[in-house]
Formats: sequence, C-alpha cells, structure tokens
Amino acid sequence: MSELTLLLIRLAFLAALWFFVIAAVGVIRTDLFGPRTAPAVARKPAKVAKPPSRAKKGDPRQLIVTGGPLQGTIINLTETPITIGRANDATLVLSDDYASSRHARLFPQDGQWIVEDLGSTNGTYLERSKVTRPTPVPLGVPIRIGKTVIELRK
Amino acid sequence: MSAVDGAPVPMTAKRRGAQLAMLAFAVLIVMGAYASVGLGLDGKIPSGMLTYGLGLGALMLAAYLVLAKFAPWADPLLLPLVTLVNGIGIVMIYRLEQAPMPGANATTQLMWTALGVVMFSATLIVLKDQRALQRLTYTAGFAGVILLAIPAVLPASLSEVQGAKIWIRLGQFSIQPGEFAKLALVVFFAGYLVAKRDVLALAGRRLLFIDLPRARDLGPVLITWGFAIATLILEKDLGTSLLLFGTFIAMLYIATQRTSWVLIGILLFAGGAVLAGMAFSHVEARFDAWLHADSPELYETAGFQLMQGLFAMGSGGILGTGLGQGHPNLIPLAFSDFIFPATGEELGLTGLMALLLVYALIVQRGLRTAIAARDPFSKLLAGGLSFILAWQVFIIVGGVTRLIPLTGLVTPFMSAGGSALLANWMLIAVLVRMSDAARRPPPQAIQDEGLTQVMQR
Repeated sequence: MSELTLLLIRLAFLAALWFFVIAAVGVIRTDLFGPRTAPAVARKPAKVAKPPSRAKKGDPRQLIVTGGPLQGTIINLTETPITIGRANDATLVLSDDYASSRHARLFPQDGQWIVEDLGSTNGTYLERSKVTRPTPVPLGVPIRIGKTVIELRK
Repeated sequence: MSAVDGAPVPMTAKRRGAQLAMLAFAVLIVMGAYASVGLGLDGKIPSGMLTYGLGLGALMLAAYLVLAKFAPWADPLLLPLVTLVNGIGIVMIYRLEQAPMPGANATTQLMWTALGVVMFSATLIVLKDQRALQRLTYTAGFAGVILLAIPAVLPASLSEVQGAKIWIRLGQFSIQPGEFAKLALVVFFAGYLVAKRDVLALAGRRLLFIDLPRARDLGPVLITWGFAIATLILEKDLGTSLLLFGTFIAMLYIATQRTSWVLIGILLFAGGAVLAGMAFSHVEARFDAWLHADSPELYETAGFQLMQGLFAMGSGGILGTGLGQGHPNLIPLAFSDFIFPATGEELGLTGLMALLLVYALIVQRGLRTAIAARDPFSKLLAGGLSFILAWQVFIIVGGVTRLIPLTGLVTPFMSAGGSALLANWMLIAVLVRMSDAARRPPPQAIQDEGLTQVMQR
C-alpha cells in the first residue's frame, strides 16, 4: 500500500466524517425551518382540498407560551383542539396552583381559533377581559391562565 | 391522521427516511474506519470487516425497528449519532487490540454494545410514558444513593481497581454501579426540583446583582455537596463527584433560572475540592499530576499517562497519522480513559472536532427535546440527561487535554467498559421516549363538540 493511497484514504475518511456531521445539521435545519423545497402540500395536491381556509397567510400556526414557568414552549397548531390545564392528558400541562385541571380549550372554527373556559376556578383572561363564553383569539393577543401567558403567532 | 400528514408544520414530521439514511451512513463510516485500520496496519482489508460492520448494522437496525414501533415520533438523529460514536469506539479498540495492547478487546465491546441495544429496547418498551418516572422520584433517589454507596462500603479487595473504589467485583465479572446511579439521581433531581422549584426560585432577597436564596433553602444543595465530597474522599473518585454535583447545579439553574445557585455551587465545590486536596493525599496527588505533569519527577510516574496522551495528540496534528498508522498503544489504558487522545493521534484535530460536534449534536437534540416537552418534569429530566452527557464529555476531554485535573471518567459510548455503555444506552432510550412524547402531535378529539357543550368534572 503506497503512501499516497493511504493519504487519500485518510483524507477521504475525514471528509466522510465531516459530511456526516453536515448531513446531521441538515436534518436539524429541516426541523427548524421546514424543507427547502415547497412543503408537502404543494407536492400532494389531493390533500389541499380539505381545509381551504388553513393555507391562508394570516392564520396562526403556533401557540407560544410567553410567560410563566413553561415560558418558551411552542405548540404547533393543527386541526386538533388544544386543552390547557393541570390534568396529565392536557396538551399543555401546567403546574400552577391557580390553574384548574381542565382549565381552558382552544379550537379552530371557520379559520379562526376560539378560546373557551372550561369552568375553571380562577378564570381565563383574553387581554384584560375575562372569558365567559367562547371568544375568537386574534394573533398576538395574550391569554392569561394563572401565572401562564400564551399567544397565537404566525 | 390525515391532519398530521398534510400539516404545513415540519416539526411533526416523523422523518423516518432521514433517520434510516443517517443510520446507514453512520454504519458505512464505521465500516470504512475498520477497513482503513486494516489497510494502515498491514495493507489489506481485515477479514472481519463484514462481520463487525454487518453485526453493528444489524444491531442498529434492530434498535431502529424498536424505535419505529414504540416511539415513532422520536427524534430522527439521536440513534444515528450515537451509532457513529459507539462504532468509532469499537474500531479504535479493535485497532489497539491489533497493536497489540493487552486489555483491549473489540469483540467484548461489540457484545456490550449488543447488550446496550437490548437495554435501549427494553427501556423503550417498558417505559411507555416518561412521567411514570416522576412517581418514582424518591425511590430513584434512594436507589441512586445505594448504588453509589455500595463500593465505598465494600472492602477494597472487592471494589478497588487501580486506585478508584468504584467497582463491584464478583470473580471475572465487574460492574460500576455509579454509572447507573447517575441515571437514577438525575430522575430524582428532576422530580424533587419540580416539587420544590417555586420556593427555591421565589423566596430570598436581592443583594447587589444577584438574588440570594434564604439560608434554609440551602439544605438540598448542602446535602448534595456533602454527598459529592464524600464520594470524592471515600471512593477516590473525583470524576463522579464533579459529574453529579455539576448536574445538580445545572438542573437547579434550569428549574429556577437563578444565577446565584450556580455561583453558590461553584464556590462550594471549589472550596470543598481545595479542602479535600489539603486533607487527603490521594486527592492532592491528582492535583499535582495535573499541575506538574511535565516535571522530571512526575513524568515517569503520575504524569506519564497524561503526557503520553498529549504527545499522541501532538504527533497527530491537524490531519492525524491515519487509522492504523500511529502509535496510540504507547498511551497506558488507551482503550478506556484515554481513547480520546488515541483517536486524536490517528484522526487528528479534524477528526476530534467532528467527534466533538457529534456529541454536541446529541446534546442539542436532548436540549431541544427539553424545550419542546410539555410538562415541567420532562423538561427538567431531558435537560438534566443532556447536561450530564455534555458535562461528562467535558470532564474527560478536559482531563486528557490537561485543562482540568484528570479524572477516571469514561468517554460516553467510546471507551471500553460495559456498565457505562449500558447506562448511556438507557439514557438515550429515555431521551428518545421524551422526544417521542414532545414531538407527537396533540391527541385527536374523539368527537366534534359543539360550542355550547359544558364539560363537567
């Protein structure tokens, strides 16, 4: 085995090692920013037909916790309702003495998200006003539940 | 699950294809490394390449299938990244075995890897929901303390190997209970801090720039500190002591977001270590070997291993000598504590940086899981487990590069050693379980409830 071949093998191995790292970073990148090509919706037009309202630009896509112990948590909004409370099966589990076990619910209807208080002890607040009946949630308006503040974002 | 498949949000994708491709890539790299060792040593591809490569590939395929069945939403990168470091470790041990170096045995390491994959699968299958661990908070704490304390209590003949009293030896068979203790203790810390974090985070008063906690809230920190120092003195094990205390402080910081805890922790540990150094000769010897490793008196004795490691990395340089072409067998214990400098000699700085990045990516995936987790216990547990992995890599790499005193910790997944490999595979299984829970889309509603429906409880 000549020196040159060994040198080439050595360099090729190091290159492969780094290529692995770069590929791993690539997978993470797709996780963070979405696939580089158009998303799955564009490739499979059959699936777009179902909810025409969802693809609209102004719709909220994420629920972000902006205050309280869970600050920074992000939940991606799909078609499913989101329950908030201390119960273990809630979508967002709060450990907050001021929250009820099934405190509030967020669900999509006709292209907007609605917040509904589920008979909690201490109430749910949309901005400053107490939520007494299902109320539409605009983008970026804080919902306060106990010590936790959440917002809808694009 | 049509709502999920068509979802525009990439977070909820399963990424099975990416995972399988990365896994195959990792196994290919390991096989390449294996071939490269053979070519470098005697100019031909070793006969066992297919056995080793396919063996590792089959193991990882099994792990992948279990993961796809029992944790389908789990992070796609954790398994491939771990496969790579584990495989490179086996190749390095094989290379040292061929050198030849007594004690290095790649077949044993492959067998332990197989057992590690079994533990990984068992943990994933048994642990359906990581929140079940929260109920075991105090049991885990008790188990951790017992596991850690056994070697200290046993007579030295049953527990001491090369100056560190951290083993249980039963004839041929020996395990390091401390490796499992650290998992149990992280579970305990997470459960305990979830229960107590409000009082630890809120009570206290402000002095200059930092919020000082109340004196009585210092209890848990002081107990952990006393425990860490006792480990240091009774088991002659600076590494585990530093590892556990550092992890506790980091988790305390994650739970309370208070800088003062970190400062208190660092001061306590530094103070304790200095005091222990003055009082006990074996701790002092460790410090001496670190500070004066290159002095003529210590070079032949306590500092020899450290200096050989440094020379090895030096002769590797930027690009390394190439696999199979260096002399890593000159470093004592190159297959366990010093596998990192041995790899550094043959792969050079370029290879070491890639390996460190792979570790960093594993930790990043863990911390990402912590951010995405939906309940405080999972957040703390994922944060703690990721941190303990990062911290362990830091302590051992810092030790062999002479940044901090050398401690007898293993390089996770690379060093020869069964207990550490099993424990770390279990750690990854818990992380995988949590990332599955965190990335799983919210549960589907059973029926469409009307607006006026009132939920009663």
